Amino acid sequence: MSELHQLTLQDASAALAAGELTSFALTEALLERIQRLEPMVRAFLTVSGEQALEAARAADASRSSSSGPLHGIPIGIKDVICTRGVTTTCGSAILEGFVPPYNATVVERLNAAGAISVGKLNCDEFAMGSSTENSAYQVTRNPWDYERVPGGSSGGSAAAVAAGMVPASLGTDTGGSIRQPAALCGVSGLKPTYGRVSRYGLIAYGSSLDQIGPLAWSVADLALMLEAIAGHDPRDGTSANLPVPNYRAALTGELRGLRVGVPREYFVAGIDPAVEAVTRTALEVLREQGAELVEVSLPHTKYALPTYYIIAPAEASANLARYDGVRYGPREPGAGMWESIETTRGRRFGAEVRRRIMLGTYALSAGYYDAYYRRAQQVRTLIKADFSQAFAHVDLLATPTSPTVAFKIGQKLDDPLAMYLSDICTLPINLAGVPGLVVPCGFSAGLPVGLQLIGPAFAEEHLLRVGDAYQRVTDWHKQRPVVA
Amino acid sequence: MALSIQEVAHVAQLARMRLSDEELELMQSQLSNILEYIELLQEVDVTGVEATAQVTGLSSVLRPDLVTGALSREEVLANAPDQAAGMFRVRAVFDE
Repeated sequence: MSELHQLTLQDASAALAAGELTSFALTEALLERIQRLEPMVRAFLTVSGEQALEAARAADASRSSSSGPLHGIPIGIKDVICTRGVTTTCGSAILEGFVPPYNATVVERLNAAGAISVGKLNCDEFAMGSSTENSAYQVTRNPWDYERVPGGSSGGSAAAVAAGMVPASLGTDTGGSIRQPAALCGVSGLKPTYGRVSRYGLIAYGSSLDQIGPLAWSVADLALMLEAIAGHDPRDGTSANLPVPNYRAALTGELRGLRVGVPREYFVAGIDPAVEAVTRTALEVLREQGAELVEVSLPHTKYALPTYYIIAPAEASANLARYDGVRYGPREPGAGMWESIETTRGRRFGAEVRRRIMLGTYALSAGYYDAYYRRAQQVRTLIKADFSQAFAHVDLLATPTSPTVAFKIGQKLDDPLAMYLSDICTLPINLAGVPGLVVPCGFSAGLPVGLQLIGPAFAEEHLLRVGDAYQRVTDWHKQRPVVA
Repeated sequence: MALSIQEVAHVAQLARMRLSDEELELMQSQLSNILEYIELLQEVDVTGVEATAQVTGLSSVLRPDLVTGALSREEVLANAPDQAAGMFRVRAVFDE
């Protein structure tokens, strides 16, 4: 057996099932690795070591022939997802010390599947950002180069997997927040179809866009995670009442007859030529495996970024109105109630969150609603239609994930618009509500590049099959950073 | 589209965020830059295009109106910065 921190979820699961490994030993080894590497990586906001070891012991005791693939597997959870009794801050000073009284549905489902949470992962404040530098607590480092960002907003979720601290994690994705950090950290990540996974207990950012999904080394591991967390939840009125397929059974390795659309608008100025070259090489691999590449057009692509930066901040300004220092979170003093609320919000929200609340408030304010918000919703319809039209001709789309590899910490911090452009290839997918999968597909200057595969709504089986088939003939997802 | 400092201050008031003069000025220039970029949307012909508020195709998901389990008062108040007599306590909303 390779070293415990190098095991994929599937490997660890097989070793546990065969009795070659105990959950306690695995959890203990990973906790030791977390303790050793955290001073450099800073992926975790909370490590719940005692609870994890106790849960691991219980998982070993309750193991039976009917135990599922996640039984006894240590995982990490992004800090925007509520965990009962475990501090959940969203990376924000306004939720400092907040301890949720209930679990998110995904946490309940992972618990029921026997998974073990080792802690909460750092992220951009309220999932707003592309570098994890917007956390109020710490800057997470990219395990491939500690001077670079891990991407964001699920930077902790991606870095923890890349550094071998956990075999899998949960992230959330509103405009690319699972896929962009997965690409920048060289791991696999999936944003499921909007509605595929319950958002109950996910602290809201942009409610019509947010979706929870897994990050792990391999697509096969993502399939195991998705199967555990997907499905209808009466507590989330937007969750889809559709059966959950056996995603593992979809991993046949078969690509013959597959039509892969290559949207020309995703290969334009602004994409680093080296990233484009690596991406095109990955497309050739799909072709060699029997897929047919078809150039397609998604003509409204360039409007996705401005559309997103109306809709997401508008939803955020409403969702974040609840943080007032009255019911939870610290309260700043003030002469009266309003002064206290306004001071609490002014001081405890970080710069990016304040910016988006302002932008959203402005776009929804009297006199601007039609010019901004309504127009953005209409353009969203056109962006969504682009995808429907493309999927009438092809089975899925393949694109770059991020226009660049991981950038230096601090490089884009003073230029919000430059930071927003990091998500130019990932935002349109959230606006359309369709699923997106990222798989590692090579390196540029020693830093990972990810291939993005986009499918029609609820076509996760398709995406996972193609991503897995790609990983059967490549080993990019097996490359590990040398961390010390 | 450039915002005036008065407009920025008004929006901050609507959002109930107290910002310093320096923060308002920085916000003015950053928001103006972002809005200028967003102007790109004005060139799209949206005549007769329906607005998309959500993508699920679902509408009015209802549940039976039954009393179900809820958090205890203790659990609800556990994170409160200030409380009294089993309630959240705030400063006076109105002056005397």
